[in-house]
This record gives sequence, C-alpha cells and structure tokens, in this order.
Amino acid sequence: MTAAVAISLSVNGERIEANILPRLNLADFLREHLKLTGTHVGCEHGVCGACTVRVNGDIVRSCLMLAVQTHNATVETIEGLSDSGEIADLQSAFRERNALQCGFCTPGMLMAAQDLLKQSASLDREQIREHLSGNYCRCTGYQAIVDAIETTAQARSGRLP
Amino acid sequence: MTSARANSETLSALDRPNSYIGKTVPRPNLDRLMQGRGLYVSDIELPRMAHVVFLRSPHAHAKINGIEASTAKQMPGVIAVVSGRELSTVITPWVGVLSHLKGLKSAPQSAIAVDRVCWQGEAVAAVVASSRAQAEDAAELVSIEYEELDAVTDMRTALDPATAVIHASLGDNLAFERNHDAGAVDQAFAESDEVVEADFVFGRHTGVTLEPRAVVADWNAAEARLTIYQGTQAPHMVQNIAALHLGLKESQVRVVCKDVGGSFGIKVHIYADEMATYALSKLLRRPVKFVADRVESFNTDIHARDHRCKGKIGVNRDGTITAFEIDDLTGIGPYSMYPRTSAIEANQVVNLVGGPYATRNYRARARVVFQNKNVMCQYRAVGHPIACSVTEGLVDLAAMKIGMDPIEIRRRNLISDNAYPCASPSGLRFEQLSHHAALAKLIGMMDYDALRAEQVALRTRNIHRGIGIASFIEVTNPSAAFYGVGGAKISSQDGVAVRLDAQGSVICQTSITEQGQGSESLTAQIVGSVLGVSMDRVRVILGDTDNTPYGGGTWASRGAGIGGEAALQATKVLRKNILDVAAAILQAAPGELDIVNNAVVNAVDSTPRIELSELARIVYFRPDTLPPGIQAELMATRHFVPREYPFAFTNGVQASWLEVDIDTGFIKLLKHWVVEDCGTIINPQLVDEQIRGGVVQGLGAALFEKCVYDERGQLTNANMADYLVPMSGEMPDIDVGHVVSPTMESELGAKGAGEAGTAGAAAAVTNAVNDALRPFGTIITEIPLTPQVVLTALGRI
Repeated sequence: MTAAVAISLSVNGERIEANILPRLNLADFLREHLKLTGTHVGCEHGVCGACTVRVNGDIVRSCLMLAVQTHNATVETIEGLSDSGEIADLQSAFRERNALQCGFCTPGMLMAAQDLLKQSASLDREQIREHLSGNYCRCTGYQAIVDAIETTAQARSGRLP
Repeated sequence: MTSARANSETLSALDRPNSYIGKTVPRPNLDRLMQGRGLYVSDIELPRMAHVVFLRSPHAHAKINGIEASTAKQMPGVIAVVSGRELSTVITPWVGVLSHLKGLKSAPQSAIAVDRVCWQGEAVAAVVASSRAQAEDAAELVSIEYEELDAVTDMRTALDPATAVIHASLGDNLAFERNHDAGAVDQAFAESDEVVEADFVFGRHTGVTLEPRAVVADWNAAEARLTIYQGTQAPHMVQNIAALHLGLKESQVRVVCKDVGGSFGIKVHIYADEMATYALSKLLRRPVKFVADRVESFNTDIHARDHRCKGKIGVNRDGTITAFEIDDLTGIGPYSMYPRTSAIEANQVVNLVGGPYATRNYRARARVVFQNKNVMCQYRAVGHPIACSVTEGLVDLAAMKIGMDPIEIRRRNLISDNAYPCASPSGLRFEQLSHHAALAKLIGMMDYDALRAEQVALRTRNIHRGIGIASFIEVTNPSAAFYGVGGAKISSQDGVAVRLDAQGSVICQTSITEQGQGSESLTAQIVGSVLGVSMDRVRVILGDTDNTPYGGGTWASRGAGIGGEAALQATKVLRKNILDVAAAILQAAPGELDIVNNAVVNAVDSTPRIELSELARIVYFRPDTLPPGIQAELMATRHFVPREYPFAFTNGVQASWLEVDIDTGFIKLLKHWVVEDCGTIINPQLVDEQIRGGVVQGLGAALFEKCVYDERGQLTNANMADYLVPMSGEMPDIDVGHVVSPTMESELGAKGAGEAGTAGAAAAVTNAVNDALRPFGTIITEIPLTPQVVLTALGRI
C-alpha cells in the first residue's frame, strides 16, 4: 500500500492525471497537489464540514475520502463553483447579509447550501438549519447564514424576499 | 435610540454628507473568502519550506529520562529531530508574569519541554521533514522514556499541604491571589432581610477556532531577518516577543498576518510550539511550517473559565440589594501564559461582579492555582461570563427569595442612567452607561408580559418554559492599564497612516488586525466618510509589521474604538492637507472648499472645482505648476489611545426564552434577545453580527462545551465529535437592539462590541432554566447545562 497509484479525474472541468500514495486523502490532494486551497481542513475527522466538496454531484467530506477513490470521478470545489457562476447569487446574498466573518467555514458552507438549494428552492428556516447542521461556524452564530440561504431560495423560486 | 454629542464642531466627520458612519455597507473583499481564494497561514508555501510535527507528552506530569531518535532521523525526508535542550541554544525561556498583578508568580517555560513535562500535550521533541506526512511517519519512531510524577488535577485540593507542588522553586501551587473589600459588607449582610448563597461551577472550555493555530517561520540567514506568517491578533506583540527570546532586534523580525480562520482570543497569545517553530527556522536556516491538528488544538490552545465561585447576596424585602460577596477559585494549568498572564480572568471576575448595580458593599477573594492540565488564559469576554453568571444568578435568587419579579429587582438596583460618571465598588470608572434604557428596550422587544402569560398557560400542559434576564457590563477600549503598566510590551495605542495616491485613491495602513470582525470595513468607512471619497477608492492594509504603524492589534473589543479614532484623526489631517493644496491650485481659501464624492467642491453650494484624481496628478507629476513654497503632504499619520478612562465600559442586557424537557433534560432555545450600548455604531450590521456570534459562543458554554479531564489529567474529549459546540440546528434566532451612549473620549465615540454577546448569554440561559424549573423547587448553578446536570437537579438520575 505504499506504492504510488495513478489516477485520472476531472477537477472543476479540468482533466487531471496524478500519481499519488493510496493513503492521501482528497482534501490534501486538492490542497497540496492541485493547490486548490479553497477547500479547508478544520478537523480531519469528518465533523466540521470545512472541506466539503462535490464528487459526482454529491457533497462529501474530502477529509474522509481517499484521493484514489476519485479515479474517474468528477470533483468540484469552491473555486469551480465560483468560476462557473453557479453560486453567484448565493455568494451575493452572503455578502449582503455578512454571512461570513473569518471565512474559513464559508467554502464548505456554500457547498452545503447549494446542495440544499438544488434539492428544493422552497425552504423554511428549520430545513435550512437542519441541512447545515454538519457545518461548523464559530463566528456568525448561523443566523446570517440561514438568512442568506433563505433569501437565495426565495429569489430562485421567484418569490420576493 | 438616544444620542448626544458634546463635540459639535462644524461639519463633524460623523455628520458629513454621504457619510458611511452608521450605515450598513458590505465588507470589502469578501469575494476572496467566498471563492476560496483567501490566504490563511495553512495555505502558505515557501521555497525549501519544511514541516514540523511535535511529539507531545501522553502524561500530565512526568520526568523525561531519554529521547531516542536515531531510527527516526534515518527516515525519508527527515531533516532534523530536535529536543527541548537542543532548541534552548536558540531560544530562551520565559515567565508569564506582570508587575501590576501583585504577587503573581510562574515558572520558566521552554519552547519545548526540558527534562520534565507538566501537562498532557506539552511538546517534548520536534520532528522536521520535507512533508508533514514524512514528519508524522518519523515521529512514530521516536521513543521517549518517561517517569510519571504525581499530577495535580483538582483545583480544590491544589493548595492542600498533602498535594504535590508542581514547581518546587515557587514553594506552593498558588499563582495569584487578590482580595478586595469595599463598603461595610458584614454589617450589610447582618442588616439584610434575606441573605442567599450559592456555589457556581463553570466548565473549562476552549475557543475551537475553525482554522487551527498555524505559523510559517522563515529565517533568512543572509538578511539576518525572520519573517513570521501567523494568524495572530497582535502582530507587533509577536514581533517583540520573538525578537526578545531569539536574541534579535525587533527590526530583524517581520510579522505578516493575512487571513485568519477565527481567533476569539485564542490567537492573541504566545504559544510554546509557535516559539519552537520560529527557533527551528533559525536553527535550520529555512522556512518551517507548523499547523496544529485538531487533537493538538484541544490539548494546547488556551482553555478558559475553569472556575468555582461561591457567591452571597443580601437583599431587603423592598428589593434593595445590600451587598455582594464572592470567593472565586480557578485552575490555570502549570504555567501562567505569556505574555498576558493567566491571572487576568480571575482579576476580571473580582472587578466585574456586581458591576451593574448600585450597592456599595462588595467583598471578593480570587485565588488562581496551578494544575497539570493545559494552560488557561484569556478567551473572548475574559472573566465576564463568570462574573455575569454569578451576579445575575445571585440577583435572581434574591428576587425569588423575596417573591419579586426578576425585571423589577433589576429596575430597583441597576445604577441609574443619570448617575454617571461614577465608579463601582471594585474601582471601575463608568463614563456613561444605560442599564435602564437598555432594560426598557429589551422588555419591549421581547414582549415580556405576553411571554409570562404564555409560560403560565403552558405549565398547565406540563410544558416548562423559562425566561432569563442578565444585565452586564463589558470592558472595551483598554488603555495601558491592561498590560502596559505591568511591563508587557503590548501596545495600547494604535496608528493609522492614510495617503492619497496618484490616481486619487486612498491607501490606509492601520495597526489593528482583521479576523472577520470588520476591521477593514470600519476603517474604510471612517476614512471614506471623513475624506469625502467613496469606499471603493479606499484600500486598507493591515497585519504587517513592516507596513503598518505600530499598534496593539485587535483584541479586548478595541479595534473600532481605538483604531477607528486613529483613522478618523489621520484622515482629518489628510483632508486638511488636500484642501490646502486645492486652495493653492484654485486660488481659493481652504475654508471655502470641501471634499465630496471624490472631488473638491465649493463648501457653500457643492459646485465641483477639481477632481481628487486631477489634484493628485498635479501634486505628483506637475508640482512645478504649484505656487512657490507649496509642498504638498498627501499622507498623514495619527495615533490614538484613551487617556481619561482606563477602559470604556459598555453595558447591555440579554434575555433567553427556552423550554426544558423534564423527561430527557434537553433544553431547547426558542429565542434570544440582546440590547447593548457600544456608543457610536459605525456599521450596524457588523455590530449586530458581532453580538450574535458572541451570544452563540456564550450559548455553547451554557449548554455544551466542556474540556473533560479525568483524575489523571487526561483530556478525554479532545476531538470535535466529543467536544460539542453550537451547530445551526440548535441555535435560536437572536434579536439585537441598541442604546447609543458615545464615549466623549474620542471624536468617533465608538466603544467595543465584540464580547458583549459572550458576556451575558450563559447567565441568561441559566436564569431561564431555573425559571422554567421553578415548579420543581430546584436551582442549578453549573454550566454546561447538560441533560445529566438537569436530570440530576430534578432528582431523576
């Protein structure tokens, strides 16, 4: 298990070929090998949610997934979602509502929020709070984040905030 | 909202047209963070950078009899394995004491333990390798021989003669004791209609910044200069301390602080492993990076609030509070932290208990003892949650004893809003507080009477809801009285340099720092408002000792009040300088001109005269066209520190509305309200979010957070799965209101707001729980209020 393994995957739409040790987790692969440092490492045991990314369309804790498991997979990080414009409205709502302070949880928080918004744009505050309950924020107290997501949901479903 | 200003000079910076002061505007540069393109220390990589991993003691107290690292040193990628003794050739030890905390003692602490470890988690050796994974692999092959020693873990027996003394040279385990006696306490208790006592217990908890502590130290041997990249709240303090202990001049140390993933007081101290990283870089002549993992964070980030406090209150049947008395005991680990010391929290408790109330009779004792646990030191709202919980818990007990509503007893005892300036029995000086206005506003916001009616109705259905009220005071804008007078080289003043660049934009360098509070925003708002330029033209530079004026940084709710005033004063000078040049160019008198919307205009009718960009072009590129003798100075620097009052006290009141499940012991927070008075509000949204974030940290302490140690000094829940913090699902919405009493010590009038939320949240929740449990005749004075604590109090387990 100590020999490097070749993997091939798509990261933010870019074809990536890499030789990596099997023990390397996806978060470290993204940060240290691809220099995509927007994926943050907060706890390294799957609790805080700062390292949340999308793999084949589903959000995962990249600290709990091995990079070799993403062979042939499609991986999307905060940099990719930002550049594609997919979450521009959500980011705008975060800015207007000051739904971030230190910003360390924010990429994971945006990933988790977009996942919920894709499932349904008809959301109440309890549903939002429940969906975010795996994402740790130590600065805001969550209310501003819930507000920003609620505003985005209303806008996306054509309802005025 | 009430507002009064004595300083009413013409067209104050606060009242200028298009002022950003008092307006909610988005913080600049949030896109960087939202797109994952910030630069936290954990993101930084430098050429030839090595990674350090620390071997840490598994024992709370042990002798180090040997370190065997020969196999580890042969491992791939390993650059060095360094012991404490080896590192001591590069860096000197320190002692965390301050002279104004009389009698405070501590023992010398080394960057890496030498001969003996004093808590589980103390670093014993450093493994430096090309990658962190290689360093961790090698660390597993280092074998350390320990001889376990008796561990002092229970603060209650730390001073017993039978208990081992941790540092023999100190004689005992008492780090600090303070006694205070004001008024006639014994007589007051003797003459009171009722006297109530209670023991308050607070769980040791910690800050859990989402980005762990991290540092990259880069010693350039050819420049003889150390650059430290660190997420710190106080760059100049780090510069001073690093230079002092590495035998360098301050000019040989540069501290750079980019984005910081949460701080809350955790990142305002000097940690041994960070010092070791600086020293390793110097020793190995290359950049060295240290990023704590989460287990290390729990074991070595400062803990706080491990207090047991006996409290006593006297009250008459008319509701008059006659006296407060406390006896506080706290355990701080084996060393007083450096350089701010670990006596400040207990000292604050003595200062703050009873602070909102008019009684003159107050006696307090606080003792600070050493233990073989992780170090304790200042965390957000230092001492305030203890003092507030004790004070407000006692006030509610007194009200209960005489059958008075908790609002009513506060109305009868809070210092009158027109009694200022005045001083507390512990000697705190209050310039202007607004307890009664805040309480009145709170009652309106929460619709107190309706909640009481709802509570009564629900009780008949066996639903137990409670209301808890907590008034508080908060220390903000600290002067040199906090640290400087005790000999610490921690600046209490801050500086701002502001200049107009060649295209008419503004660059502002400030010594306060940003960890997400909005330092950058408030600085840009002030500069833009005073100068008359739009915020998007103002670029703020923070967190770099080479490129900002000298100053304290951001802690103790000082950024807006102190750094903001420096920004205001510097910009006033720049504005005057610009108008002097404009007058020369326009052949007008400076007094006839103003700057509005990025242009110089006629003061009387706002007719545009010259764009700032054009003025800058002339000054920088065609100064030959200016009249003889005119030398433009389009840069100005000013510093500020409060001198009249040692601290600008703020005040406020919080309320909690919650439900206790008497079968499971679970507490559901339904709503939380805060009214606070931080003086002039620069950005209402940012202030409110500081309050909310602070409240939620206080709610964590109230319900969840506790570092659980066993009797051998082992931290048993050092991970995020077992150490619980507030998550979005459990947190209530929080309504925030304000009363505005600006401080007259500055033109800006701003006081701090960063710690108000944390100060009173736990007290409000505890009082609400006791209110909910009234039918059961039980009182809880311990946090966190876990289901076990609640069910035990109810006699169910």
